[in-house]
Amino acid sequence: MVLVLAEQNAGKFKKATLEVVTYGRKVADLLSCECTALVIGETDAAATLGQYGANKVLTTADAALENFDSQTYTSALGQVAEKVGAKVIIIGHNSTGKSIVGRLAARMDAGVISGAKSIPSVSNGFVVEKNVFSGKGIASFTLDTEVKIISVMGNSIQPEIIGSDVSPESVSLQIEDSKVTVKERKTVSGTVPLPEAELVVSAGRGMGGPDKWGIIEELAENIGATTACSRPVADTGWRPHHEHVGQTGVAIRPNLYFAIGISGAIQHLAGVSSSKVIVVINKDPEAPFFKNADYGIVGDLFDVVPRLNAALKEFKANNN
Amino acid sequence: MKILVCVSKTPETTANINFVNNNTEFDTNGVSFIMNPYDEWYALVRALEITEANGGDVTLINVGPAANDAVIKKGLAIGAKEAVRIDAEPTSALFVAKQIAAYAKSQNFDIIFTGKESIDYNGSLVGGMIAELLSLPYISYATTLELNGNAATLNRDIEGGTEVVEVQTPFVVSAAKGMAEQRIPNMRGIMMAKKKPLAVVAAEAADDKEKVTEYKVVPKDRSIKMIDPENMKELVRMLHEESKVI
Ligand SMILES: Cc1cc2nc3c(=O)[nH]c(=O)nc-3n(C[C@H](O)[C@H](O)[C@H](O)COP(=O)(O)OP(=O)(O)OC[C@H]3O[C@@H](n4cnc5c(N)ncnc54)[C@H](O)[C@@H]3O)c2cc1C
Ligand SMILES: Nc1ncnc2c1ncn2[C@@H]1O[C@H](COP(=O)(O)O)[C@@H](O)[C@H]1O
Repeated sequence: MVLVLAEQNAGKFKKATLEVVTYGRKVADLLSCECTALVIGETDAAATLGQYGANKVLTTADAALENFDSQTYTSALGQVAEKVGAKVIIIGHNSTGKSIVGRLAARMDAGVISGAKSIPSVSNGFVVEKNVFSGKGIASFTLDTEVKIISVMGNSIQPEIIGSDVSPESVSLQIEDSKVTVKERKTVSGTVPLPEAELVVSAGRGMGGPDKWGIIEELAENIGATTACSRPVADTGWRPHHEHVGQTGVAIRPNLYFAIGISGAIQHLAGVSSSKVIVVINKDPEAPFFKNADYGIVGDLFDVVPRLNAALKEFKANNN
Repeated sequence: MKILVCVSKTPETTANINFVNNNTEFDTNGVSFIMNPYDEWYALVRALEITEANGGDVTLINVGPAANDAVIKKGLAIGAKEAVRIDAEPTSALFVAKQIAAYAKSQNFDIIFTGKESIDYNGSLVGGMIAELLSLPYISYATTLELNGNAATLNRDIEGGTEVVEVQTPFVVSAAKGMAEQRIPNMRGIMMAKKKPLAVVAAEAADDKEKVTEYKVVPKDRSIKMIDPENMKELVRMLHEESKVI
């Protein structure tokens, strides 16, 4: 049995969750077993997970799980895993996954891969790939424990509709009271969070100051992208810390990454080089980033970006 | 406050990464090693600030061979009072966590700090594992930690924002950017570090649950297409028709 934690956000499933369910379905196919999705909290959407390949959907409405706490969530997942006899447990590699996969592995004395970027290969042992050395290398891990735990990097797989709704069943669990109180959650609304974004527009010190970001925001808006920045930009307060990408910031792997006025230092590349397509705009033809780009534009960003915005507006007008 | 800070040793951030022995081993040749930045810059410094403000001591712990002593001594030079090295190769996250949990079990630490991840295997696993093995709460990716008696308030990174949580000591926390400002050890610190205790403890038996069977260097197979800066229509067309990302 494959068990997937299907996280809901205010009753809905984000694309990132559907990716994880699809990943679970593929693992179940490889092992010729069933795939169960666990949803914490009631939601009408639970049944739809069947469409993405869950054979069974379990829900728990335990009040102790209302807020996230790694200890209670691990306990819930561990109990369900035992109940259903899970052999592989799959979670998204997001703030929830990163908080619980280690705990769960310790609880179950299981093998664990955090941040897997591919579907396991089972032809010669159970092998999963993940990025190591901050994106500079890839390691194939072999797991031979009875229970295996995997957290899956966002954007590693696309959700696929392959089935139809299944009626959820509720499970009852014994969850101790949480020792952590969640006081507040502050999230920026309206944009896709950076780790989940498929399109990212990022700018660096070449912007010259905090007051010139209008053209970057406009570009992001034109293509529906999330904004990011290099480390010195966040360190000097030109942009908020959560936008900092790279080795010491957020590691991302969007479909499209725009690097504007960013030199391409190795620590920056470490967090973004897994992006599928990279576009670099820099006035210095020798900028190292050009060695890691798919499309390069040598020019002053203050000329190029407005021109790009105009071209995008025209493109959108013609494609609607 | 009695605080334990877990520190790992990682390749320097600009290190070139290569693999040897038929791509089954990381090539350490020519690689210089540092204290994992999250452990040094954020976990250790915040731990020191807390003991400076509230009294108490910071102990460093590392699971690793004698070659790690240089990294541990840097932590002592920055200000930790003493250090413990569990003498074993850190072969997997659960192995490391079991060693640290076994050491911490009898010591009643108020706070156990780790970094948010080590920059070699990027696992983000050890902190949660220690917490589970000791049945303690675990706050991951914390960007601030304020103490009021035994009550701690922390901000932690979540997708696209921040969560504010409260927890009582004892707990385990993984430190992310924002937690503190890097401290550079001064001469006095370096001299004092020489006299600080660094205990070497034998490891407990524990097996690895997963192992790397093959490495690859990420292929740099991008072939760049240069586009005329005057012709952004062409870029839009390429992104739409060729790479199909917009
Ligand atoms: C331990 C460690 C960890 C680090 N972690 C990170 C990390 O996670 N993320 C990160 O980003 N950095 C990180 N760094 C910093 C990294 O080494 C670089 O210093 C940083 O990425 C440089 O940022 P930048 O490219 O914005 O600025 P610069 O290197 O100053 O580059 C600015 C670029 O803008 C171009 N430019 C200037 N004006 C214009 C214009 N008008 N039009 C077009 N182009 C223009 C210039 O040609 C230049 O290439 C780390 C460093 C260390 C030591
Ligand atoms: N060998 C080790 N010895 C002590 N602490 C470690 C070791 N490896 C990892 N850690 C701690 O665990 C954190 C997360 O590491 P990881 O789970 O490897 O990403 C690091 O930031 C360290 O604080």
